[in-house]
Amino acid sequence: MIVDVEEIDSRFLRRLKSEFDESYLSCFQCGVCSASCPVIEIEGRFNPRRLVKMARLGFKDRVLSSEYIWLCSMCLLCEERCPQGVRIPEVMTALRNLAVEEGYIPEPMRRIQRLLVESGRLYPIDDFTAEERAERGLPEVEAEPEFVKRLAG
Amino acid sequence: MRYALFLGCTVPARQMNYEQSARAVAEALDIEFVDLPFGCCGFPLEPISRVKAFAMAAHNLMRASEEHLDVVTLCSACAETLVKTQWLLSREEALLRRVNRELKKLGVEYEGEAPRVLHILRVLHDEVGVENIRRRIERPLRGLRVAVHYGCHYMRPSEAYGGFEDPERPRSLDELVEATGAESVDYPGKMDCCGGALLAMSEDVAREMAAKKLRRLSALDVDALILICPFCAIMYDRYQSLILKEGRIPVLYYTQLLGLALGLEPDALGLDLNAVSVEDLLAKVM
Repeated sequence: MIVDVEEIDSRFLRRLKSEFDESYLSCFQCGVCSASCPVIEIEGRFNPRRLVKMARLGFKDRVLSSEYIWLCSMCLLCEERCPQGVRIPEVMTALRNLAVEEGYIPEPMRRIQRLLVESGRLYPIDDFTAEERAERGLPEVEAEPEFVKRLAG
Repeated sequence: MRYALFLGCTVPARQMNYEQSARAVAEALDIEFVDLPFGCCGFPLEPISRVKAFAMAAHNLMRASEEHLDVVTLCSACAETLVKTQWLLSREEALLRRVNRELKKLGVEYEGEAPRVLHILRVLHDEVGVENIRRRIERPLRGLRVAVHYGCHYMRPSEAYGGFEDPERPRSLDELVEATGAESVDYPGKMDCCGGALLAMSEDVAREMAAKKLRRLSALDVDALILICPFCAIMYDRYQSLILKEGRIPVLYYTQLLGLALGLEPDALGLDLNAVSVEDLLAKVM
């Protein structure tokens, strides 16, 4: 990877530190995260070690616009194995949150938020579902939890 | 034993077999569940805003705390989100302030309410106890060979969970399966991730992740795959017919397996809702 100092965004670095914590700065690029990753085995272009490195270097645009920050399956294995205590999945989450702020929101994520804002649930409890629950002797559940709608927006 | 039952989003709408079997098993073991007005745990919102996600989790924790009840979850992602939120908010003040700014929308404040949050498997393993369960078995599942799948969020992140078991070599599900009389078969890929959390973002990658385990299992000749999380069930049960061209592996929640062993009827355990037919398995045990 060629480092172009023009690409380094120090405001992004400060933001990432405040958004997350500073543990990711101790990454020494051993690669145990990538070696443990179940996603890499299937999609070789996903590379957590590389994403952490690019974030550390402050390559804001390159990292936040990358589709790969959305490919972590959150298995949390790398976090258990990291010798430096970097919580890599939390770094991915922080990068995703910052990407959203910059307007990079994948459509499926936009949909999830919309569902929670509009109905308070990912899967609706419609009449059909409510009826089936009753037939099975399962208690009634709140169809559209109000606090979820309000906190999701 | 009395707990607030946290259903989450997926179970009450799409995985009623898990809810039905969990309630039936709890009743048989004298565990009382109280239904509170909980909502989404926050997990699906984390990629968009962890602050909003943790506010949602915190609000749920406050509801349980008001009733002085510990929380039992069926979904591993719900357990992880609620546990992680307590843990993070107890150590990161800045994050707590931001979460409370979100909670102002509801006029409430999170003040470190920390009811115990336990996945149902931990209630069965640690609170009811393996020996106690073994004594309650009415229909021993001897001769049944099953593969267990722990998934990821049941015991990780181990730091937030207080390391209740080895995050890479857990034993509780194996022990609970063996208490029913069935054999838990060791197999390569036992600790693999189902890919469920990627389903919305990349169906192809998620499916391929689930396929790895299913292909291995079809060569192993097991009677069933045993799960403890609704996301895993969507991948291994609901998607199985799209993944395996031939040969089917019945997929059961542990609560369904335990229910059979406790002598409950298949109807009471929602087995009719399992996507892959469980007829052969039932013929073997009944």
